[in-house]
Amino acid sequence: MIPEIIIRNAPALLIAVPMLAAFVTPVIAKAGNGVMKAWALLATAVTAAIAGIIAWQVLDFGTIIYTFGAAAPGLTIPLDSGGIPVRIIFTIDAMSAFMGIIAAISGFAVCLYAIASEKRQTGQEMFFALLLLLEVGILGMVSTGDLFNFFVFLEINSIAGAALVSYRIRGGLSVEAAMKYGFVSTLGGLIVLTAIGLLYGQYGALNMAMVATRMQFTVLDGIALAMLVTALAMKSGAVPMHFWTPDAYGLAPSSVTAFLVVASQASLYGVFRIVFTLYGGIVQTLDWTTVGWIVIVLGVLSMFVGVTMAIPQHDVKRLMAYHAVSQTGYMLLGVGVGIALLGTASFDTYGIVAMEGGIFHIFNHAMYKGLLFLTAGAIIYRTGTSDLNRMGGLGHSMKWTMLFFGIGALAIAGIPPFNGFASKLMIYESVYLFNPLLAVIAMVVSILTLASFVKVFHAMFMGPKLPEFAEVQEVPAPMLLGMGLLAVIVVLFGVFPDQVVAGLVEPAARALADQGAYIASVLGGA
Amino acid sequence: MIANLPFIAVTVIALIGIVVILTRKNLVKMVMGLSLIEAAVNLFLVSLGYRNGGIAPIFTNAPAGEMVMPTVQAMTLTNIVIGIATTALLLSFVMLVYRKYGSADAGVMRRLKE
Amino acid sequence: MIEIFSLSTGTGSWNPVVWLIALAVAFIVVLVIWATGERSYRREGGAAAPFLSGNAEPEKGEVQIRAGNLYWGFTEALSGYYKRLVPLHTGILNDYVLWFLGTMATIVLVLAVVR
Repeated sequence: MIPEIIIRNAPALLIAVPMLAAFVTPVIAKAGNGVMKAWALLATAVTAAIAGIIAWQVLDFGTIIYTFGAAAPGLTIPLDSGGIPVRIIFTIDAMSAFMGIIAAISGFAVCLYAIASEKRQTGQEMFFALLLLLEVGILGMVSTGDLFNFFVFLEINSIAGAALVSYRIRGGLSVEAAMKYGFVSTLGGLIVLTAIGLLYGQYGALNMAMVATRMQFTVLDGIALAMLVTALAMKSGAVPMHFWTPDAYGLAPSSVTAFLVVASQASLYGVFRIVFTLYGGIVQTLDWTTVGWIVIVLGVLSMFVGVTMAIPQHDVKRLMAYHAVSQTGYMLLGVGVGIALLGTASFDTYGIVAMEGGIFHIFNHAMYKGLLFLTAGAIIYRTGTSDLNRMGGLGHSMKWTMLFFGIGALAIAGIPPFNGFASKLMIYESVYLFNPLLAVIAMVVSILTLASFVKVFHAMFMGPKLPEFAEVQEVPAPMLLGMGLLAVIVVLFGVFPDQVVAGLVEPAARALADQGAYIASVLGGA
Repeated sequence: MIANLPFIAVTVIALIGIVVILTRKNLVKMVMGLSLIEAAVNLFLVSLGYRNGGIAPIFTNAPAGEMVMPTVQAMTLTNIVIGIATTALLLSFVMLVYRKYGSADAGVMRRLKE
Repeated sequence: MIEIFSLSTGTGSWNPVVWLIALAVAFIVVLVIWATGERSYRREGGAAAPFLSGNAEPEKGEVQIRAGNLYWGFTEALSGYYKRLVPLHTGILNDYVLWFLGTMATIVLVLAVVR
């Protein structure tokens, strides 16, 4: 019932629909604000549908290859090129489809929320255009199979993200945050480009599968790996390069923050793609335990420093931003254990479970962190302040927001039956078999996370009704709907984790670990 | 030795850019340092494609001989355009910070800390 | 039938449906115990008001414990750690870049030189 032409060109439509919608938005805004908001919502809904179609195709039929500019999508190697795929190729395997679903669902929920939360601002057509461009950047980063294309989408991410962070000027504070975010991101992007240049200069190809086939691990390749991993880990907020995260997440409009979380996770996907697919075939000169332990150390530092810096904070969004840093540490820890065990026998017993835990945590984190930031935005929308020392007693009047915040807080702390518990359980059990001390640190961080969110819940919702918030009432319906969508997913993934892991996460983890299948699908066999 | 001269120039320019970013507190100078690093990366990319004794990669009426690699030239053009967008955005941020804070100094632009 | 809902983690399994059923059973037990209580109790009319030795109850907003004071004990106990960690977050852009480049130099050394 879906036309064949849409299914065949779905990867191109995944990028084309939000990009065209973004460029047309300021024109449509001439017809009125309501029309523009309906247009943006329609664009994100159609993108979500296309991401769903792609995921269904990938999970049923295997990796999708889409060659831009060829006569048919599967013709990767032109006949007169000497065996090199010269065109830009989108290689969507199970891991890319997984990240695509996350970005699409998040984009739709954030757009729904932003329709009501940005009502009082001027320049809304620019906001929605930039939001759609940010979605293009994320979807492009996770779908592409070409290194330079990855860099271009990374830069689209950085520029759109920095512009959105500074959307409400707020006396210069958010411009300061955007300046810091944009500066460090651009520097990271230039370092990524240098590494890509190093790889191209040695192997003469930009396609990831092609470089992976020709890779011999020279000293320059080691430098390129270190530069790529560090720059992309910085973009995802790993300690000790995390200083921009509280500034940018804390001062962006809340809908943008929820989406910036997904953008950071797309950079995390970049780290995994580089380590597993680009360098995955080398077993003689690259010591996988070294690379794995580097990722694990970054993860443990992020977890611990993130949560301990969060506890004394009194600005609610800055606190949640430090928790985002901490949860990124969980993902790095899980997949780092998987990297350290790559190629050994214990990879198939508990290494793959650690990877699945880390990857499942990516989805869960996008959902519950997005939900938490949206609820914080709802509170700020009604009370006008984000300082926890001045809030109190809002539970009397904002019951839905309190419920959604409770769901999000319990999920991030890893309390059953929400989705945070399922992924954290997988990480704890497999990391314990690898090294017990790491699992103990992870559990302590989880307890501190719960402590921190109990503090926020008490400060915001508990207590008697305060006189200065007497006329506060519940937030408008689009904001509640956006939060509700994410909350429903949090609860559903918590009650049915096995279906999600078997259906989405395990194919993604296996696709990531299996470099041979990736290369074979692009270069066609052998 | 002479063949390595572009790469030595790349390293020198990049190092100057990095030193400027790390030591200068004026925001405009920091953005200029970032611009220097970007220029170094562009020079690196273009000089990667050079082949000894190569000709321009144009097929029409091409004399016989090896052509230099055109892919890196496309990459450099793309990076130059990205650099324009980024520098314009960062400089407009500096303008707004100057207007709101009264100073374009990174030591003053630190109301968001810890 | 319940088995299809349990997530296996390699060394064990977690079944949220069984957990929810147990929670529902516990909730029903709590409800039964609660229903055997005194039905004529009313909260209004001073029955639940705090008794402060006859003194007047202060304004509600003044006795609410604010968020900044909730974990004083924790931050005080770890003050040695926080005294070193918090000043590292200076807020100056040059320091952000310095940390980034320093970390990159460390990882380059580990991966490319030490191997």
